[in-house]
Amino acid sequence: MTNSWVDIKNADLILVMGGNPAEAHPCGFKWVLEAKAKKKARLIVVDPRFTRTAAVADFYAPIRPGTDIAFLGGVINYLLSNDKIQHDYVRNYTSAALLVREDTGFDDGLFTGYDEAKRSYDKSTWNYQVDKDGIAKVDPTLQDPNSVFQRLKTHYARYTPELVERTTGTPKASFLKVCEAIATTAVPDRTMTSLYALGWTQHSVGSQNIRSIAILQLLLGNMGMAGGGVNALRGHSNIQGLTDLGLLSHSLPGYLTLPTDGDPDLKTYLEKRTPKLLRPGQFNYWANYPKFFVSLMKAWYGAAATKENDFAFEWLPKIDGAYDVLRVMELMSQGKVNGYVCQGFNPLSSFPNKEKVLGGLRKLKFLVTIDPLSTETSEFWRNHGEFNDVDPSQIQTEVFRFPSSLFAEEDGSLVSSARWLQWHWKAAEPPAEAKGDLEIVAELYLALKKLYATEGGAFPDPVLKLAWPYRITKAPAPEEVAREFNGQALADVPDPKNPGAFLVKQGEQVAGFGVLQADGSTACGCWIFAGSWTQAGNQMARRDASDPSGLGVTPGWAWSWPANRRVLYNRASCNADGVPYIPTRKLIWWNGTKWVGNDVPDFKADSPPADGMNPFIMNGEGVARLWAPAMADGPFPEHYEPFDTPLARNPFGKVLNDPAARVFKDDWKAFGKPDEFPFVATTYRLTEHFHFWTKHARIPAILQPEAFVELPEGLARKKGIRNDDMVVVKSKRGQIKLKALVTKRMPTLTVEGKEVEVVGLPIHWGFLGQTRKGYITNTLTPPVGDANIQTPEYKAFLVNVEKA
Amino acid sequence: MNVSRRGFLKLTASGIGATTVGALGFSADRAVADVRLFKLAHASETRNTCPYCSVGCGVILYGLGDRSKNARTEIMHVEGDPDHPVNRGTLCPKGASLLDFIHSPTRLKFPEYRAPGSSEWKRVSWEWAMDRVARLMKDDRDKNFVAQNAKGQVVNRWNTTAFLAASASSNETGYVFHKVIRALGGVAVDNQARV
Repeated sequence: MTNSWVDIKNADLILVMGGNPAEAHPCGFKWVLEAKAKKKARLIVVDPRFTRTAAVADFYAPIRPGTDIAFLGGVINYLLSNDKIQHDYVRNYTSAALLVREDTGFDDGLFTGYDEAKRSYDKSTWNYQVDKDGIAKVDPTLQDPNSVFQRLKTHYARYTPELVERTTGTPKASFLKVCEAIATTAVPDRTMTSLYALGWTQHSVGSQNIRSIAILQLLLGNMGMAGGGVNALRGHSNIQGLTDLGLLSHSLPGYLTLPTDGDPDLKTYLEKRTPKLLRPGQFNYWANYPKFFVSLMKAWYGAAATKENDFAFEWLPKIDGAYDVLRVMELMSQGKVNGYVCQGFNPLSSFPNKEKVLGGLRKLKFLVTIDPLSTETSEFWRNHGEFNDVDPSQIQTEVFRFPSSLFAEEDGSLVSSARWLQWHWKAAEPPAEAKGDLEIVAELYLALKKLYATEGGAFPDPVLKLAWPYRITKAPAPEEVAREFNGQALADVPDPKNPGAFLVKQGEQVAGFGVLQADGSTACGCWIFAGSWTQAGNQMARRDASDPSGLGVTPGWAWSWPANRRVLYNRASCNADGVPYIPTRKLIWWNGTKWVGNDVPDFKADSPPADGMNPFIMNGEGVARLWAPAMADGPFPEHYEPFDTPLARNPFGKVLNDPAARVFKDDWKAFGKPDEFPFVATTYRLTEHFHFWTKHARIPAILQPEAFVELPEGLARKKGIRNDDMVVVKSKRGQIKLKALVTKRMPTLTVEGKEVEVVGLPIHWGFLGQTRKGYITNTLTPPVGDANIQTPEYKAFLVNVEKA
Repeated sequence: MNVSRRGFLKLTASGIGATTVGALGFSADRAVADVRLFKLAHASETRNTCPYCSVGCGVILYGLGDRSKNARTEIMHVEGDPDHPVNRGTLCPKGASLLDFIHSPTRLKFPEYRAPGSSEWKRVSWEWAMDRVARLMKDDRDKNFVAQNAKGQVVNRWNTTAFLAASASSNETGYVFHKVIRALGGVAVDNQARV
């Protein structure tokens, strides 16, 4: 979230699209109700199902799964053609005025530079026009045909209400009603907040769905505002934290990136990742990349990371391409992965195309699961009848199951969707021989270290010299680890502005990332968490709920990254002169000498408005990107059909699916066609269950005991299916058998002149736990990921349904 | 402030108790005094965070026992934290049934091992299991570690064992796991944020 849960109460309009917070995030959703009750805010829901969120909405519009870009592109077109944009904001704070290269273009579904054989783009033509110093050229009048603004207008002019209706199935009148409501927030003193979840990310075009809402919110001037923002409602209690800590194949803590084969030394690595200034006078905060990276290496390798050895740069693995879960599954099914260590993760249930996952797991030499519960993954080799029909004698994998603790049995911090790091305390011991995850990881590491110390082996240095400064080596204390990722000074750090004074003294915890250095004098395990455990102690454990501004900022409750800032980009809540756009919702302001306010300013504190520094300080442009040249599949979002699509052609152009989405050779045959699989399916969560955990807990298992598929009345009638009938749902990947729940919640949509029915599939069952046994829903889902970050397309695929 | 707010809630509860008990013919004084016997009044309270979705609701775990040395606390009740600025004491159906998650009959209690071709689990000791897993990992790493790629560039990676990290585990666990995986040269690592 750029904003926070409580900040939703400040919104004038709430758009829920790509999520269902009333059921998936109920206690956060209360702030939507608060906004409606206290502020007369309006709630708009766009969803394939009439969810419980829709049930309390002021307006609901149905949509075909996988067509969000068509819809949002249509809204962008509406705002631009009806001049409903926040002009001051668009001109000053977005890239609207920047000029892109003349030779960049878009033609019938493809941007320039496409290589069909590689299914990828040469993105060099997507850059800005720059002068000899690399500074981007601008046209402040926004009239140049190569200005981002004019390009945006041209690109989305094709997204007419008629074409939106033909593609999305949303009736034109409903679509226009949503447009009109959204357009009311183009004025400076009204805001819309966007709440979305996996309904937007789990598509082959997931990243571009998010780009679409970003463009929309920028045109409306809603970023950085109290009651505005783009708010990802994340799915797990610490999915934000694990992302922040870089537990993704290509990442390092704090959104640093793992070196690649093309980074032979530290200098090359840092040069490639330290962005150049693109407009004069901008902050370009990522210019500090070397400080964050060197401090990370000092945290990981301590005294062994020296200037002479490039701060142990060579000890980091270099990545040679994608190792996301879909690629790992592909490698596994080719027999190229021998070991799999699954800590608190249940891939057999979670990953798409269960048959492929099962085929991969059985090729492993060894599998280790670390979990408080018995997971389907840990028993992939066991015969569970029709739900997991395997022959154990034919599976040679060695399987280890390590029992771990859960939240109530440990100290530590979790990062909520609002970027709050909240410390929690241990209340009891784990059962029997179960141990904390931290302890299990430490013991495993120490066992490996011992083997390398006694036997030697492949490249033992990084294993033997990893900093392990924990008092009890086999059980690092969460407090020690938290202090490590906050960071500390390894030497006195002189204050450049005050000779003789120091920013931080040796051995002290750093107060923030501003004091980190690139010379090895500071260590910090995750720069964005710097400030969470300072000399003043554990800031994440703070529990002062007071809210002096009344805006829901609560600066003394826990700690929010970065720098305890509660609303990102909050400089953009003020006009160019530093005066808040909304006098009654002041987050920060310029007081004549510096930036101050109810929130921590997201800006250079002493940069006066007259100096012209812009609010989006992480970008070399200083402004927000309407045009995003780093995306894999185009600088502007374009509608492409899901890989399982009910249509023969894309109504927007000749390219049917996302041209840059990766598909493995054998997976092309895993996609279904509408003649065989005529219905569009989407997966979702129930309010009574959390993934595959709560089926192990008694009350949720009683509340929702059995797998079901939600069918629209029209479809059920055609197929002669009644409530409680057993049905078979089939996709190109497999089939599952479960109960039918016939509802009015999914209206029949008319798409390109034909009727399309939508089927809803909750995900929660499996063959272990307290509920009745059920098939794994992901038996049905397709093995293709988002073109940019490879999140599987769970939310739009084709099935057939028959009475069992 | 926190304590007094909860103190207020306890008093309110005793108020309801007093009315009800009063209606049954007992004296109100007696009923207020009886509040001391409520189980929660003797429980130790621990602040924690709901482990399910990302709202980050504050919860209070009520444990039997006074946390004295050698006393094993048993969690017997879970409630929303009334001081929490987001959930303000409320919980959803999942959070409200956290007690059943903590005490789930399918929680794992001992390290277990399933041998190749076997159709059952065998209980094993931590020590044996750790040594065996470390051996398998080391053998795989030593055999398949890529020090240089085909072009002769130093790459120092290990891509034949893959890792998944839990997005419900703490920052502290995630941070240490990451540190260990990269020290081993691991590149195939993801958490649930990928899916």
